[in-house]
Amino acid sequence: MEKKEGYLQEEEQVVNPWEVSAKDGGKIDYDKLIDKFGCQRLDQSFVDRVQRLTSRPPHVFLRRGVFFAHRDLNEILDAYERGDKFYLYTGRGPSSEALHLGHLIPFMFTKYLQDAFKVPLVIQLTDDEKCMWKNLSVEESQRLARENAKDIIACGFDISKTFIFSDFDYVGGAFYKNMVKVAKCVTYNKVVGIFGFTGEDHIGKVSFPPVQAVPSFPSSFPHLFSGKDDLRCLIPCAIDQDPYFRMTRDVAPRIGYHKPALIESLFFPALQGETGKMSASDPNSAIYVTDSAKDIKNKVNKHAFTGGQESIEKHRQYGANLEVDIPIKYLNFFLEDDAELEHIKKEYGAGRMLTGEVKKRLIEVLTELVERHRRARAAVTDEMVDAFMAVRPLPNMFD
Amino acid sequence: MGYSKDQLLVRLKELQIDFSQYEHPVVLTVEAQAKYVGNMGGALSKNLFLKDKKNRYYIVSALGDTKVDLKVLSQRLGLGKGGLRMAPEETLVEILQVPLGCVTPFAVVNESARHVSLLLDQGFRTHERCFFHPLSNDMSISLDACGLDNFLKSIGRDPSYVDLEANPPVGKDQPPDLAAYVPSVSTVLPDLPEKAPSSQNSIGNHVSAAINSAAVTAKVVKPAGNVQNVKEKSVNGVRPLFPAADVGKFVEQLLDRASALLLSEISEDSIKQHGGQLGAEVANNIKKCLREDLKNLATIFKNTAYTEGFYTGTHYQPKRL
Repeated sequence: MEKKEGYLQEEEQVVNPWEVSAKDGGKIDYDKLIDKFGCQRLDQSFVDRVQRLTSRPPHVFLRRGVFFAHRDLNEILDAYERGDKFYLYTGRGPSSEALHLGHLIPFMFTKYLQDAFKVPLVIQLTDDEKCMWKNLSVEESQRLARENAKDIIACGFDISKTFIFSDFDYVGGAFYKNMVKVAKCVTYNKVVGIFGFTGEDHIGKVSFPPVQAVPSFPSSFPHLFSGKDDLRCLIPCAIDQDPYFRMTRDVAPRIGYHKPALIESLFFPALQGETGKMSASDPNSAIYVTDSAKDIKNKVNKHAFTGGQESIEKHRQYGANLEVDIPIKYLNFFLEDDAELEHIKKEYGAGRMLTGEVKKRLIEVLTELVERHRRARAAVTDEMVDAFMAVRPLPNMFD
Repeated sequence: MGYSKDQLLVRLKELQIDFSQYEHPVVLTVEAQAKYVGNMGGALSKNLFLKDKKNRYYIVSALGDTKVDLKVLSQRLGLGKGGLRMAPEETLVEILQVPLGCVTPFAVVNESARHVSLLLDQGFRTHERCFFHPLSNDMSISLDACGLDNFLKSIGRDPSYVDLEANPPVGKDQPPDLAAYVPSVSTVLPDLPEKAPSSQNSIGNHVSAAINSAAVTAKVVKPAGNVQNVKEKSVNGVRPLFPAADVGKFVEQLLDRASALLLSEISEDSIKQHGGQLGAEVANNIKKCLREDLKNLATIFKNTAYTEGFYTGTHYQPKRL
């Protein structure tokens, strides 16, 4: 991980696209983060409004506050109510073959947004970024991009409304023109201030941010949005991506474009607890989409950090500490039934339900999720990836 | 059988690829081939059909005098030191659908070879013309690298050339430079032992009481078109390139889900509880629980059908004016 001397204030938590760490090995303070970044809290009124506008129950991530912050979501919803649609933009940095559940979260939510609002979606695979930051070869990062595309497609995106592209394939033409327009508006000092680059960082890194910025502008995709320069963009992402889009929103009005809106999520906790780090080198820190039912059972039973007490007697007396309990947190993300979750929290918190039972329920939920994903993944062929990634018109994208 | 020599030659002519053909008695080696076409102004090629430990296959097509070191190649592909060996003879016929001694880049035209990786010697580019067998060893055809490229592109293959003699270091900080050539899917033949895909085994045991779980069936639900194993030998050799959007299978999946849920909803208890209203209650629950699940299945079906159309659309031959 990069050390960012000029950027890191020792006592503070660090949240940027390449590093996320809490203060003193504690938990991430999301209120402080919202404050520092300057975005807004997503409150219940938004959730209700989304439900009204889409005539369907809001996604579990909205109900549970997983997507908890936003920028200009109200403008998107206002425009939508007037009949002005928008498009979605999200992405992935393909740095490894194995995706874990945390990686899937923005995609699961984006699929819901696509279905609920009936809008098109562009998905950016930043193979160039990973080639630069992780020192992968160009070919390897392109290969990983394609492999990751399969897992992304397995999340259930509608091919008639979705364009997936990799930077190495797509950068050029109108996209590149926008990149230059953006680059001209951001000084070197500014980009150092936002991302913490140092004199030792190579120029590839310094010039990368515009690549992630310009998919927010419809003119970057002339084959999709030609003539629709006014189209707004909504970006679902994890909150660590906020710096890219702060920069983008700063530049947008200066080059005559709408500012993209954002809807941001919490970080997905590692199995060993909030303070632990999910890392590709520790397979026990996360549940992977390639895990078998046995793996999942093992990982949850052996490695999930719980808030249960040390002995059954103590547990019955004091109840579980829901603040740090990972199975409860994971159920918060993935158990659809609100009533059941409330019941579990109540019983477990009071000590009437044991950790083993909570873990058992979690294992069921996760196994079904992973199983469904794997079945969908098996149906994704190379030809399907080619079709999703082809520069082609999407005539029914707003239907 | 797969593509025949004649079909290939017709195809080359249709694509307006310039080539010369020479018939000769059947040859099994480069030396034998040299006797007949060695002086015809084209470079001879040697073609290796290789396999790695994970049942992935490769065609290495090189100039006759290019040195090909399997150990080096294996490392450059990221397969470790002894990962590559010559593929067994049966696989030549099964996968490439060509006779012995006839390995050729053109073999990738066959659907059975769709997951075979093709490595072409960059030396081909420096020669005016090179010789290959056109799917049969009683003939050799010579064409230039451009012609070969055009053919490969026409069947959806990306022609890329490699310096086969290079020996770059491979280590922690130097990733294997040819890793991109490793096929993403292995080709498993019917008579070889194979691992059953785990998705078909792991759901059986989770009988969840919760209504929301639609995966609760004793019946194993097959994935919608599993291409991972080239298992069926079709009768006439012309297999679809990828699983077709199969309406029958799709409907079966929907019905499986619905009937599983139905069975779990109707029990002695629920009959007692709802009596005559059970029908309405169950119908309601089914809609609530199955909606998302069925939508997911339908999306997979839609995407598969779209892909079929896309592939066909990008490969059709425009009307001749």
